[in-house]
Amino acid sequence: MSQGLFDVIILGSGPAALTAGLYTSRADLKTLIIAGTKWGGQLQLTTLVENYPGFPQGIQGPDLMINMRKQTERFGAIIVDIQLKEVDVVNQPFTIKAGDQIYQGKTIIIATGADTQWLSVPGEKDFLGKGVSSCAPCDAFFYRNKRVIVIGGGDSAMEEALVLTKFATEVTIIHRRDSFRASKIMQDRVIGNKKIKILWNSTIKEILGKDKVTGVKIETKSKGMWEMPIDGIFVAIGHTPNTVLLKGINLDSKGFVARVEERNKQGQLLYFTKTNRDGVFTAGDVHDYRYKQAVTAAGFGCMAALDVEKWLEDHE
Amino acid sequence: MTQVVVTDQNFETEVLKSDKPVIVDFWASWCGPCKMLDPIIDEIAKELGDKIKVAKVDVDANLQTAQKYNILSIPTVILFNKGEPKQQFVGVQPKERYQEEINKIV
Repeated sequence: MSQGLFDVIILGSGPAALTAGLYTSRADLKTLIIAGTKWGGQLQLTTLVENYPGFPQGIQGPDLMINMRKQTERFGAIIVDIQLKEVDVVNQPFTIKAGDQIYQGKTIIIATGADTQWLSVPGEKDFLGKGVSSCAPCDAFFYRNKRVIVIGGGDSAMEEALVLTKFATEVTIIHRRDSFRASKIMQDRVIGNKKIKILWNSTIKEILGKDKVTGVKIETKSKGMWEMPIDGIFVAIGHTPNTVLLKGINLDSKGFVARVEERNKQGQLLYFTKTNRDGVFTAGDVHDYRYKQAVTAAGFGCMAALDVEKWLEDHE
Repeated sequence: MTQVVVTDQNFETEVLKSDKPVIVDFWASWCGPCKMLDPIIDEIAKELGDKIKVAKVDVDANLQTAQKYNILSIPTVILFNKGEPKQQFVGVQPKERYQEEINKIV
């Protein structure tokens, strides 16, 4: 089934993708967004977002995404909640397969984001949904009066721990280093919370249990290997960029989509968000190895959209 | 399409004693990903019409049933046939994953 040629096909549905779509559709470019079945990105797994400007009291992550989606759809972007299957970035116009549909576009914005990085220890896969989780806002409820651990040292680990204190009797944050990289405000909240304990210099070696999680095997620098009985483990050690389907797109040494710099005679960048393929741009956490914020993702989405506009003008 | 709201009280009659296979969707209002699952389940239910029943269990109000099936993460979908849990899906899955398993039964 053909829906004609799109000016731009955007892969993803987080803040980067939806902001890109907002800009391109508002600029009257025929825009298709392949959102995937789990649309909305990482913010769907959060609660109160306090650092996205424009919401003085903060806004719930899932609500922010619903708002962004509505705003983007208002300007005519077509959003399909189907799973991306194949991307051809070699032949123009580019061809995208999603579900059983085939779409063609003059340009592509890759904004596929990043997914939970798991620990990759024995037991983890077996107990997913049986005591292993990456979404405290979804699952904390099941740990009323239970003992849980959170793995990680960044803002998302702090948030998971704080959400869990509303239900669990005891929350232990386990971190492989001796300090957190989380923002000061989040660290202060964690340290000021009586229910939260912190275990430094420790890594999880195995997740134990039968029908569900009953404990973990931990290696701590000062005391070696030991076992801790727990009911739940929440993994928040970071995210891996979603690049599996991106054949022909260059990645950097850490697996993020690489940007290519081309400069004009004045030494200025022609496009800030271009990949190694002409007409293919990138935005958000799939390429962002440093900032990884909702607001920077949205900003990158805007930049990629403006780059697409310029590219189309330059090539038509 | 038959869609029923199932509670701890009517779980047995609506799900375990159902003469049709039942897709049981464990969800809660505070769960973002659960909202993404709704349209997927709705589509599957529409396509299968009378061959299947869809049961929604709000875990917030029906913890007993959730505990009975060891649910520690939502959304979780359990496919029941003749009173037996046949397949359990944790998290939002692509539509085809559910269909594959359902097609084995209906």
